[in-house]
Amino acid sequence: MTTRAAVAQRAAETAARSAFGRLLSWLAWQWRDIAAAEDALSDALVKALERWPLDGVPDKPEAWLLAVARRQLLQVARHDRVRCDPAVTMLLADEDSEEPSDAFPDARLKLLFVCAHPAIDERVRIPLMLQTVLGLQVADMAPALLMSPAALAQRLVRAKQKIRDTGLRFEEPAVDDLPQRLHHVLEAIYGAFGLGLDAVDGAEERITSLGPEAKFLCKLVCVLLPNAAEPRGLLAMMTLIDARAAAREPQPGQFVPLPAQDPQLWDRDAIVVADKLLWEAARLRNPGPFQLEAAIQSAHCHRLFTGSTPWSGIAQLYANSNSFYPTLGSRVAGAVATAEAGELEQGLLALDAIDASEAGQFQPWWVARAYLLDKRGDVAGALDSYERAIGLTSQSRLRAHLQKQMQLTARSVRPT
Amino acid sequence: MQFMLSFSETAADFANRDNPATAPAYWGAWNAYVSAMGQAGIVVSGNGLQPTHTATHVSVRDGKRHIHDGPYADTKEHLGGYFIIEVAGLDQALEWAARSPNASTGSTEVRSALLPPASA
Repeated sequence: MTTRAAVAQRAAETAARSAFGRLLSWLAWQWRDIAAAEDALSDALVKALERWPLDGVPDKPEAWLLAVARRQLLQVARHDRVRCDPAVTMLLADEDSEEPSDAFPDARLKLLFVCAHPAIDERVRIPLMLQTVLGLQVADMAPALLMSPAALAQRLVRAKQKIRDTGLRFEEPAVDDLPQRLHHVLEAIYGAFGLGLDAVDGAEERITSLGPEAKFLCKLVCVLLPNAAEPRGLLAMMTLIDARAAAREPQPGQFVPLPAQDPQLWDRDAIVVADKLLWEAARLRNPGPFQLEAAIQSAHCHRLFTGSTPWSGIAQLYANSNSFYPTLGSRVAGAVATAEAGELEQGLLALDAIDASEAGQFQPWWVARAYLLDKRGDVAGALDSYERAIGLTSQSRLRAHLQKQMQLTARSVRPT
Repeated sequence: MQFMLSFSETAADFANRDNPATAPAYWGAWNAYVSAMGQAGIVVSGNGLQPTHTATHVSVRDGKRHIHDGPYADTKEHLGGYFIIEVAGLDQALEWAARSPNASTGSTEVRSALLPPASA
């Protein structure tokens, strides 16, 4: 490859990586068809690789790509008059004659709202967002999502067809709908982040985790919706969880649960940043589940400054959170916090109050139950629950940790 | 839907079965996994398998019968056991496959079962 070709290829790749989401969102928003926009954009990238080595890299590579992709969409539309909306054609024809400008509106938020639309299957919202807004490939996402690549690809195609055929509106939701619709977006972002944390073994082979991607999307939402409190809450929460990463796995393959972590290994600067974010969110006076969850994470992190975990405060925060936004995970965590705050029997009652059909295959429920039964001195019950938890675990380091706990519990029956 | 989970294990996994230092963790993890599947009510049938040296291969080529002992020599992983499970779909089957203790060292194959057409 000649130097010029190499330079052109690098320029095309850089433009694609840095601007893919912005370009695609804008095209998809104008065209109301994600798949067609993707096709047009990849055609434009192919053309860039053909033209740029000959003509040189344009001054505004992104604008160049956008103009070519738009022309491509227009051509397809001319061929396909049945599906083509005259208004959109007019719009494109108009803009086609203009000089390409590098200032185009950021439609990524609109696309996020479409991807996390209630009409879209919940399981496909996360990959749809990661693919359309960040340009992640199916092969990279499938392991993290624990889906077969073929099935994932098929689901993405179906979701895009549904968006096109049902004409989901590519608009920011009405003020009344905003909190609920925003919550769906944030839930999907948090889902992507959580995948990085609880990923099954090996999921991290291609992508270290989806954590950085999730945080990037959340920052984007913070920037695009400067007056929304919940995105700031979610960003604070993810930052606080990340701040403890080194203490969670001090040696490769090791797992240290939160109460046993050495706070000196926590990232103090990140905790301070997150607390500031949480304050900013609180000043907007619009509380929500992510801010509450972030406040709980923040309370845990304050062990770094005060030397002890404020369990009763945490239990109270969980009580608030669960009375408004009960989720399986936070009900289990709340039960443990109650027990840690000195109300062991209350904690066990809270665990038992969760429906067995929900809890039965939820590994954290069994871990919590084992831990609390062990605290109560019910060794047989604890061992039984540890075994169920181990059987439901998909991470080898977590399995090894639970097996160690189980051994410690088993040993405690022997008279000393 | 019925799926077969085939658990492939490495030589080291097989060795862990009989090593007094590692056997408790090895069998503990498998017992926990199998009992979690049992409690979930998804098991149709299944078994662990004896070590690979107990295997015998039979083939007939050009009317001539070949029999040899032991596993195929060139593979790094060998079948250590299998389960047929009944779950709602591939997503759930993959979830159970990810929980199998061998998944972090060997691999677990998930195949949907080819059921005979209903004779009604």
